[in-house]
Amino acid sequence: MEQSIYFDNAATSWPKPEETYIAIDHFNRSIGGSPGRSGHRVSIESGRVIMNARESLAQLFNIDDPFQIVFTKNATEALNLAIFGLLLPGDHVITSSMEHNSVMRPLRVLESQGVELSIVRCSPQGYLDPDDLPALIRENTKAVVLTHASNVTGTIMPIKEVGDIIRGRGLILCVDAAQTAGALPIDVSDMNIDLLAFTGHKSLFGSQGTGGIYIRKGLEERIRSLMVGGTGSRSEFEIQPDFMPDKYESGTLNTSGLAGLGAGGEYILKKGIDHIRDKEILMTQHFLDGLKSISGVHIYGPGDASRQISVVSFNLNGMTPSEISFTLDEHYGIMSRPGLHCAPSAHRTIGTFPGGTVRFSFGYFNTEEQISYALGAVQQISRDQKK
Amino acid sequence: MTEMEKYHVILFDSVHHALRSEKILKGMGIPHKLIPVPRHISSDCGVCLRFTIDLRNKIEDALNGKVDIYEIRPL
Ligand SMILES: Cc1ncc(COP(=O)(O)O)c(C=O)c1O
Repeated sequence: MEQSIYFDNAATSWPKPEETYIAIDHFNRSIGGSPGRSGHRVSIESGRVIMNARESLAQLFNIDDPFQIVFTKNATEALNLAIFGLLLPGDHVITSSMEHNSVMRPLRVLESQGVELSIVRCSPQGYLDPDDLPALIRENTKAVVLTHASNVTGTIMPIKEVGDIIRGRGLILCVDAAQTAGALPIDVSDMNIDLLAFTGHKSLFGSQGTGGIYIRKGLEERIRSLMVGGTGSRSEFEIQPDFMPDKYESGTLNTSGLAGLGAGGEYILKKGIDHIRDKEILMTQHFLDGLKSISGVHIYGPGDASRQISVVSFNLNGMTPSEISFTLDEHYGIMSRPGLHCAPSAHRTIGTFPGGTVRFSFGYFNTEEQISYALGAVQQISRDQKK
Repeated sequence: MTEMEKYHVILFDSVHHALRSEKILKGMGIPHKLIPVPRHISSDCGVCLRFTIDLRNKIEDALNGKVDIYEIRPL
């Protein structure tokens, strides 16, 4: 076995663009310095690195004011900030049955503390029907929390349609873009997104330990800080500053990671998100078409690359997902992810709980040749299985 | 008038704001300089933007709606 093929980009993308590695190394080797903490040159330069990351993401998501972006260590922290910072006992919140545990678990904690929770049941392909929403809205409904695309089936959710429905009703739309930031076009203004949680280490091509959240201007007045502490600003006061982004950015940031995230964002802007998406659609459709012709394979989700991100879940008759994944790694050098993918509710929705599925997730740096090779491997495993 | 009196400085809430302003003004070609906050002015944000007073309106217009200014004062 000579091959080593990484098809687990939905967990974390690899490799990263060269620009990401260079930016991280350059920061660590030649800048250092604590951003926003002093006026000397390396501190200022370090501040510029963070500013650059904020600006490239603002451009990518069409955010007017880069200061409305708060950096966190990942999407999970961003979602915790949005969910715990916003919702109070007595509030009602709506989510979907396709959510990742980084949405579901905070909501379940709040449910036990008196927040009312409604979960929209999605189709077995993972689709949310926006028409199911209006009937769920109550007097005390405060927010809709929704993933932009499922990390299990890849299904793309109708965010814009949901935004249109809840706009004008005073509801807050919080989107989990962990899987889509950098992979699908996102325009917070056009899509009516109030809160956009993203992670840096997947399709944004940054390193692990980076993520953040966009907070629509003014909404910060309604969201509590989960963590307070040193910000390098207003140090004469022992109370937390109330301005953005310092209100939510206590403690020294992961500046080297954010140097990489800024470079990743610029790389995407340079390549063009449509170009990246087109390439991922081609690879995903190639894989889907090939899988459909292999006997004993069951594909979950839309089965149509234009309606999903580059994530494909499947099973093979007679084998458990972990057996399939293990064989792929052991005999073919292909890395995939079996199991429940931190999303038990999504697996219940598509009928694969508790066994789970095998998930392949492609990234911009994968190739059609790798897809062909993987299809050959799955074909062979399917044949061996029948012997 | 001494040399010093010709300058004003903008103080910001944080270094983030100072750096963003610097970038905006640079992009528009408006002369300015990022300097350490002078000792006689109290601010926790270590840097401020120095400019000549004739540019005050131009600079305020350029930053208006983009970066919140904490204070503008003579140097
Ligand atoms: C849909 C979804 N939401 C949230 C997350 C959490 O991202 P992170 O682990 O970077 O916090 C992930 C990935 O793990 C995800 O796929």
